[in-house]
Amino acid sequence: MIEARGITKRFGEFVALDDVSVEVPTGSLTALLGPSGSGKSTLLRVIAGLERPDAGTVLLDGADVTGRPPQKRGVGFVFQHYAAFKHMTVRDNIAFGLKVRRRPRAEITKRVDELLELVQLKGLAKRYPAQLSGGQRQRMGLARALAVDPRVLLLDEPFGALDARVRKELRAWLRRLHDETHTTTVIVTHDQEEAMEVADRVVVMNAGHIEQAAPPRELYDSPANEFVMSFVGPVNRLGDAFIRPHDVELLLEPNGATQEAMVERLVHLGFEVRVELVRDDGEELSVQLTREQAEALELMQGQIVYVRPTRQTVFAPEA
Amino acid sequence: MGRYLLRFGALSYLAVLLLAPLGLVFYRAFEHGFWPAWHAVTSSDAVHAFKLTLVVAAIAVPANMIFGILCALAVVRYRVPGFGLVNALVDLPLALSPVVVGLSLLLLYGRNGWLQGHGVLFATPGMALATIFVSLPFVVREVVPVLREIGTEQEQAASTLGASGMQIFLRVTWPSIQWAVAYGVVLTMARALGEYGAVRVVSGNIIGHTETTTLFVYNRYNNFEAQGAYAASVLLALAAILTLLLMNRLRPKEETR
Repeated sequence: MIEARGITKRFGEFVALDDVSVEVPTGSLTALLGPSGSGKSTLLRVIAGLERPDAGTVLLDGADVTGRPPQKRGVGFVFQHYAAFKHMTVRDNIAFGLKVRRRPRAEITKRVDELLELVQLKGLAKRYPAQLSGGQRQRMGLARALAVDPRVLLLDEPFGALDARVRKELRAWLRRLHDETHTTTVIVTHDQEEAMEVADRVVVMNAGHIEQAAPPRELYDSPANEFVMSFVGPVNRLGDAFIRPHDVELLLEPNGATQEAMVERLVHLGFEVRVELVRDDGEELSVQLTREQAEALELMQGQIVYVRPTRQTVFAPEA
Repeated sequence: MGRYLLRFGALSYLAVLLLAPLGLVFYRAFEHGFWPAWHAVTSSDAVHAFKLTLVVAAIAVPANMIFGILCALAVVRYRVPGFGLVNALVDLPLALSPVVVGLSLLLLYGRNGWLQGHGVLFATPGMALATIFVSLPFVVREVVPVLREIGTEQEQAASTLGASGMQIFLRVTWPSIQWAVAYGVVLTMARALGEYGAVRVVSGNIIGHTETTTLFVYNRYNNFEAQGAYAASVLLALAAILTLLLMNRLRPKEETR
């Protein structure tokens, strides 16, 4: 279990983390989600010991490690830009942690072979990092971090530098890997879809604070505030109410509880259709329908429809 | 057309200013055949001068290599307070005339100096100090940009994997900077072999005693023993050519890193 208590970290005038406390249960896969500058990477680096907090304590499995250097924390760290040892082969990169621990050679060879298998780089063991694709380099980075059996695995935007398709593949692969190993894992990301898909708990951060920590579904269904609501998915605002695009019904006939709007644009996204509407008071509204629903309504640009929210969220004004 | 003119101009400039004088030295050295030149550079004074030059270089080059690496690490990696100033001062020997360097050492270690005595002046230690001073910047200047370019992520990764500071340096940092260090060492070596001004001031120029190769050349020439001067000059020129070859061998490696 990772516990961070009251962590504050400043860089000059900039407050990256302001009295942040978070717990990561043993065996979980937790995502730190937030926009850039929200402090999520700094928090991860504080947990790893790569950054020294100005205040607060870090506990790993109950032991206070705040003053301990990264070497003695037993963490595995994966960097966004791989941080591959450029002058070493894939095999030597993965073996690095074992070699500096002076493990017997036979043990190192066996362990590295296992890891090469696990990250599907078996045929590339003698290559240098420059000869690998981004996805392969990051799998090597993961194998390197896993080689020393870390107590916790920390990933700093690990798929941020990869193209969309490889990112999706590696995301699914990371989830499967976690289901096999159950290593306590923290992944930093600014991509809400990535966080929701891969993690079993998501910690939403903003401007050095934690806005909400909850399982993905809870986060989506009952966001704690406006920031979380709009960060974890698309949202419409009608007066004080926030409405998800799929929580709106479109009708062709007015009906007591509806509002009039005009279809401005129809966007076909395969199975879904996104309907962009303008209400008579000028406010814009985005609605998500299935293809069948859209076809049943025979929607056309310029058409007048009637809007009925099926579910909306109103936040109590902040104190 | 303009390009050819430029090329012709540059080549003739080099030919007139560099190659012709150097060629003349070679010509004069072997004017009377190989053996006079050979005897001139194997006289006991000449051999002593060569040995002294090598001893001074053997002290100055490793000293500046170690200092250069530590200084570059202090400036780029550890942001040691006060090392910003050191970084600015490192270039001083390039800007300052070697004679001034020699004179300042003379004032420091000479009669009434703060550190007088100790057998520094007019002896090998003083000459080594002067040489260290003038060849100080080269390793630092080569290593600093390479350290900046490789960044800190690889070193951070090594630290999370359990490597100690020394292991990080030897296994991660050193392989990245080794060619830059080698290049800096070659430049330092060239400067150490060729230094005249600063060494001249602190050595007292005692013939056969504190006479390095460069001093030997100058002294022979002034004593109307031109043969010895030319022959020793040829040796220094050969060392320079070797330096150029080494630099050319090291440079491509540095670039394809």
